[in-house]
Amino acid sequence: MTVKEILSKVCDPEIPVLTIDDLGIIRDIIEQDDQVEVVITPTYSGCPAMNMIEVNIKAALQEHGYQKIKVTTILSPAWTTDWLTESGKQKLKAYGIAPPIGSVEKADLLGEQNIECPQCNSTNTEMLSQFGSTACKSLFRCKDCLEPFDYFKCH
Amino acid sequence: MTKLKYILQLADTALILGHRLSEWTGHGPILEQDMALTNIALDLVGQARSLYQHAAEVEGKGRTEDDLAYLRTTTDFLNPLIVEIPNGNFGDTIARQFFFDVYNHTFYTELQKSKDATLSAIAEKSLKEVKYHLRYSSDWMRRLGDGTEESHQKIQTAVDSIWMYTGELTTMNEVEKEMLSEGIGVNLESIKPIWTEKVKAVLAEATLTMPESTWMQSGGKDGKHTEHLGFILAEMQHLQRTHPGATW
Ligand SMILES: [Zn+2]
Repeated sequence: MTVKEILSKVCDPEIPVLTIDDLGIIRDIIEQDDQVEVVITPTYSGCPAMNMIEVNIKAALQEHGYQKIKVTTILSPAWTTDWLTESGKQKLKAYGIAPPIGSVEKADLLGEQNIECPQCNSTNTEMLSQFGSTACKSLFRCKDCLEPFDYFKCH
Repeated sequence: MTKLKYILQLADTALILGHRLSEWTGHGPILEQDMALTNIALDLVGQARSLYQHAAEVEGKGRTEDDLAYLRTTTDFLNPLIVEIPNGNFGDTIARQFFFDVYNHTFYTELQKSKDATLSAIAEKSLKEVKYHLRYSSDWMRRLGDGTEESHQKIQTAVDSIWMYTGELTTMNEVEKEMLSEGIGVNLESIKPIWTEKVKAVLAEATLTMPESTWMQSGGKDGKHTEHLGFILAEMQHLQRTHPGATW
């Protein structure tokens, strides 16, 4: 397996249906002789999952025989939900979290609009709080099926 | 080293406000606001970590981000006074946050142009988070100001009492002047009118009265603090000081 294939099986510790590949946080993979350097970028500055992700990346590579592993964090360009993969968005929805809709620029301009309820697909929804259970989510409620749900916000 | 001091000033500011907000954990007026304030705290502590890591690298003497946060004393801390004043009631916390967020948003927008590539990257990253903070605190200013008679009166009292701490945010000390001249720091003189305009606009929408200009408190950025900082550090640092080098 290539390094990329190994990393594509490492999951986010807080949203375990997403791999770090789905999240778009792997910025580079540099293989030189017997050393691998994985360059990642944090989703949010204070995201407590980042330390765990680093540990998991090292463990996954070690399992496949890599010995010299370096995980480097870069901040620029800043991570954006525009880097989430299509399959990542579908997995989020199946997991009960509404995926980010549209581009970050549009959300900045018009606010979060027409967020679809992951349970009944209604867009008749309202935001309860822009801050949710983790930094990457807002709390919404469906006005049709009345279920509260998490929205993975455009960032 | 002036640059080290400048970075520490920014790091201390984010850490101390983050710590203050984290005191709301489990004490928010309702669950959603408890989560909102602690989310903002988490962002700020995360930003502080990036800044302390950079400071440690710039200093190059082997001190780590943890040493810088846990093993410096009150006079070593370089945050402006506004971030160390107590939380008070929810309105006091919101007013302090709002004044700070307007400043922080404008500040990070400018810091993106810094000649220091790491500071510029931290600014770009943090700005995306500060945008939410500003939206949150501005919304609550309007909601409390234009709310009930009681909420209006409480938030106006908060605005009036915190006002004297706002001047320090946009007044440059020697460190900031030198960093500006080297193209690393931000020109606070140019931020001041933007800050005033933005604050004025939200206070007007909130039906609140903007305080008259008054004598402003200062000194925090040069290590002269209120008595409150000592208590914050005592709580935050006691574990490392009692059990040096303790880790999880
Ligand atoms: Zn629904």
